[in-house]
Parts: sequence; structure tokens; C-alpha cells
Amino acid sequence: MEPQEGLEAQIDYWRGYVARRRAISPADLDELEDHLREQIAERRAGGLDEDESFLVAIKRMGNLDAVSREFAREHSERLWKQLVLLPEHPAAAGVPPWRELAVVLSLAVGAGLALKAGLSWLGGDEVLLRNAGLLVFPFLAAYFAWKRQLSGRLLLALVVPFAALAVVLNAYPFAPEGSTGMLAALHAPVLLWLLAGVAYVGGRWRSDGRRMDFVRFTGELAIYFTLLGLGGGVLIGLTAAVLQLVGLDLEPAMEAWILPFAVPGALVVAAWLVEAKQDVIENIAPVLTRIFTPLTIAMLLAMLVVLTTAGGLIDVDRGLLILMNAVLVLVLCLLLYALSAREPLAPAGIFDVLQLVLLVAALAVDAVMLTAMLARIAEFGSSPNKIAALGLNLLLLVHLLWAARLSAGFLRGRCRFAVLEHWQTRYLPVYGLWAALVVFVFPPVFAFA
Amino acid sequence: MRIDKDLVAASATPLVLGILSEGELHGYAIIKKVGELSGGDMQWTDGMLYPLLHRLERLGHLEARWGHSPETGRRRKHYAITLSGREALAERREQWSVVAKALRQVWHNAQLPPAMETGWA
Repeated sequence: MEPQEGLEAQIDYWRGYVARRRAISPADLDELEDHLREQIAERRAGGLDEDESFLVAIKRMGNLDAVSREFAREHSERLWKQLVLLPEHPAAAGVPPWRELAVVLSLAVGAGLALKAGLSWLGGDEVLLRNAGLLVFPFLAAYFAWKRQLSGRLLLALVVPFAALAVVLNAYPFAPEGSTGMLAALHAPVLLWLLAGVAYVGGRWRSDGRRMDFVRFTGELAIYFTLLGLGGGVLIGLTAAVLQLVGLDLEPAMEAWILPFAVPGALVVAAWLVEAKQDVIENIAPVLTRIFTPLTIAMLLAMLVVLTTAGGLIDVDRGLLILMNAVLVLVLCLLLYALSAREPLAPAGIFDVLQLVLLVAALAVDAVMLTAMLARIAEFGSSPNKIAALGLNLLLLVHLLWAARLSAGFLRGRCRFAVLEHWQTRYLPVYGLWAALVVFVFPPVFAFA
Repeated sequence: MRIDKDLVAASATPLVLGILSEGELHGYAIIKKVGELSGGDMQWTDGMLYPLLHRLERLGHLEARWGHSPETGRRRKHYAITLSGREALAERREQWSVVAKALRQVWHNAQLPPAMETGWA
């Protein structure tokens, strides 16, 4: 073997070995290789032979585990799924894959059983609606608690708010078909989801990076959950069609057994899939956000035209206002997800311009909605529903307005992308506080109406 | 002499910023410069420099651009200090001068073990 080839082969081998570390991107690897080669060249010039130079250069590069851990700390978006990043002690690394699968499946079945029990024993649709999240949440949280090996203190910090929520949702004397009960049922999942977030990030909820990880996780979970739902729907549809041919009706079994188990089960399994197989989605996420951002802009503009030309915003239906709030929440989710899927160091590009357009369109829609709402309140007086919608609308307005400002600053090169990112992650708990207010304070204030 | 690793970590940021304040460099050149400045006493783990550089880039203290090595033509990333990097450097400098001043007095007052005083350490 030619000596030069020997060195090249060694460097190639080293490259392949380092490339297996997810935290080190190909560009970083180029940078490290350039460094390695320079170090080798200098040793060679100093009189060492090839092998010796290579060894010294490798030695000086440092322990690869420690180095890639540093890379992982800096670029957590590259391996956000492993919150502990690389195991500190390689020996302690392995939970056998089958054990994780067993844990996931039993939690999925458990969530199904809990929901089924709720369906059977909790009287009334409203009571069930208020409790649905409470029934499923513990199983999802338990998965994260198992996966991240949460400390007892943290578990307590999760159990206490959960218990408080369960007590309030069931002990408050909500009026039947009252709006405060409905509002509490709608806002409780927000609180539960943020609690799930605390479990997901292993208690490091103060960290902006970890919060962004949770945003990313939420987006991927939605995608996996939808995919599972579509696949499951096809299977059930085919089965039902076949059974119908032989004269069996699947629908009773569907309502009584299949859906109560399939929906919460799919949620837990989707959470596990995001954890385990995120490479697949990681490549789709930026594509999805790029497709849906322009489409959403078109949707918002169409709505804006319809709303402003329709005239007489006071007569706007209450249902429409709630729907529009839902649209704005969706826009926000898209924005957050797009930001979380973006390479933070990349310079501003056309897509960032599109995002600003999206923000401005959403702001315009929000402004129209806000006027309509205030007009309705002035005309008909306030109600729990209106105050809740107005409050959410104001929160969204502040969020979008500042995001648009920062986004414009980023495009003009006046602020870094990280500032824009931090604004999003720091604002998230505000929604939790608002949801808590609606669940805990609204019902007594409005006499449980 | 081996420098404690916490001390190396604490001084890394001001050293990198300070070295880059004289002009744009790539990673290897920064490591070499650190070696020269400390007379070879400060040995950084080479691999650890890059995550630090990337962090300073993310914080906006540095700007990076890809160029090529003049000798071999290989792809090479060059780092340059930004205005905010210079501000951060000025701030670090003040902090370190306070620390250094306090330490100087401690060294002056403290009793060294006899072996060190005779100078063979």
C-alpha cells in the first residue's frame, strides 16, 4: 500500500466513524477534517511519520464522545429527541428496544382502558368531555416519566397540578349546558399539554432550547397521529365493508370498543414514534411548512376579503368568531413549527419573507376579529364565552405583533434568528396561565353559568 | 504545567474573541495562536473549540464564512468578530481585570509552600 493511501484511508475511516455521531453535521465534519489535516501536516513537517502524526492529531482532537456531547449541547436541534443527548456512560446506554415497545404498548392499552372506563361509568357527555384529557394524560406523562427517569420531586410537580385540575373540573358545580363548563373543558387540555411538556423536557422547562424541542415534538406528534388515524381509518373502512357483505354491522363495536381504544392508543404510540423514528419526519417537516405557509396565506387573505366585504360585523355569528380564533391558533402552530424546523444559523431567505407575510395576514384577520368582538360586547354585553374569546384574541394579537416586528428585524439583519425564537418560547407559558385562569377562575366569577 | 480544565473553559471565550479581534482566522489558526500566547502551556482539546465557535456565532459575537485553504484548496470556515463580539470582549475584559487584580493581592499576601518558593515547581 502506498503511504499516502494509508493516511487517506485512515482519515476516511475516522470521517466515517465521526459521521455516525448525529450531533456533528457534514459541514462540521469538513471543518474538523480540515483541522485534522492541518495538524497532521504540521506534525509531518516537524519530522513525525504519517502514522505518528495521525495518532497525535487524533489525540489532540480529544475524546470523541466528549466532543460530540459538546456539539450536541450547542446544536440540540440536530438530536432534539434525545434530551440527555449522548449517554454520559456508554455502558448505561441501553434499554433493550423490546422493553420500550412493551412499555409503550401497555401504556397505550392503559390509556384505552381508562377512556373506556370513563365512557362506561361517567354519566353525561359534558362530564366525559371535561374528563377525557384527564383520563388519557397520565399515560402519556408516564411514558415521558419512564423515558426520562424523572425525579420524585418533578413527578410531584406534575401530580399536584394534575390533581388540582381533576378536582376543579369535577367538584365545581357547573350548570348543565353552561358555557363556563364548556370553556373549562376546552381549556383543560391546554394545561395538560403544557404539563406533558414539562414531563417531556425532563423538568428543564426554563430552557428555551428544550421548549423549542417540545414545540417540534408537538408538530411531529400531530403528523404521526394524523398518519396513524388515516391508516387506521382505511383499515376499519375495509373491515366494515367486508363484514357488511356477510351481514355484520361494525358500527356498535366501533363506538363501544374500537374508537375508545384506538384514539388514545394512537396518541401514545405516536409519541413513541416521534421519539424513536424522528429521522423520517425531520426531513418532511421543512417541506410541509414550506407547502402550508403559502397555502395558509392564501386562506387568510380569502377570509379577510370575505370578512371585510360582508359588512355589518356586529351581526357576525358567535360561531364564526370562535372558528376564527381556531384559525389563528392554527396559524400560530404553523409558525411555531416552521420556526422549530428551521436551521437557526441560516441567513434570512425568501421563506422568512413568506413567514412575515403570513404574520401580517394573520394580524389583519385578528384585527378584524377583535373589532367584531368588541362590537358584539358593546352591543350585547359580556358573557364568559366572549371574555374567553376576547382574552385569547388579545394574547394572540400580542404574540403575532411582536413576532412580526422581530421577523421584520431579522429580515433586515437587525436582530438574530435566536431572538425571534426566544420570543416564541418565552411567550408559550402565557397561554398556560390564561387557560388556568379560564379553568380555575372563570367558573366561580360567572357563577358556574 | 497543566491548567485546570475549569480555568481553561472560563478563559476560552475571551481568548477566542480577543484573538479574533485582530482579524479573521480559521479554527486551527486560533488553536495555534492560543498555544503561542501561552508559550505552549495552554493545550486545548482541539475538538472542543468548534462547538464554542458555533455558540459564539449563534450568539452573534462571531460571523462565519466558508472559504478555501490557500495551500490545498480545501473547504475552510473562517471566523470574524462582530460588533457585539467586541462589546462582549470589552465586558469580559473588565470582569477579568477585577479577578486578576484581586488575585494579584492574594498572591502577594499568601504564603507559598517552601518547595514552590525555591522555584523548582
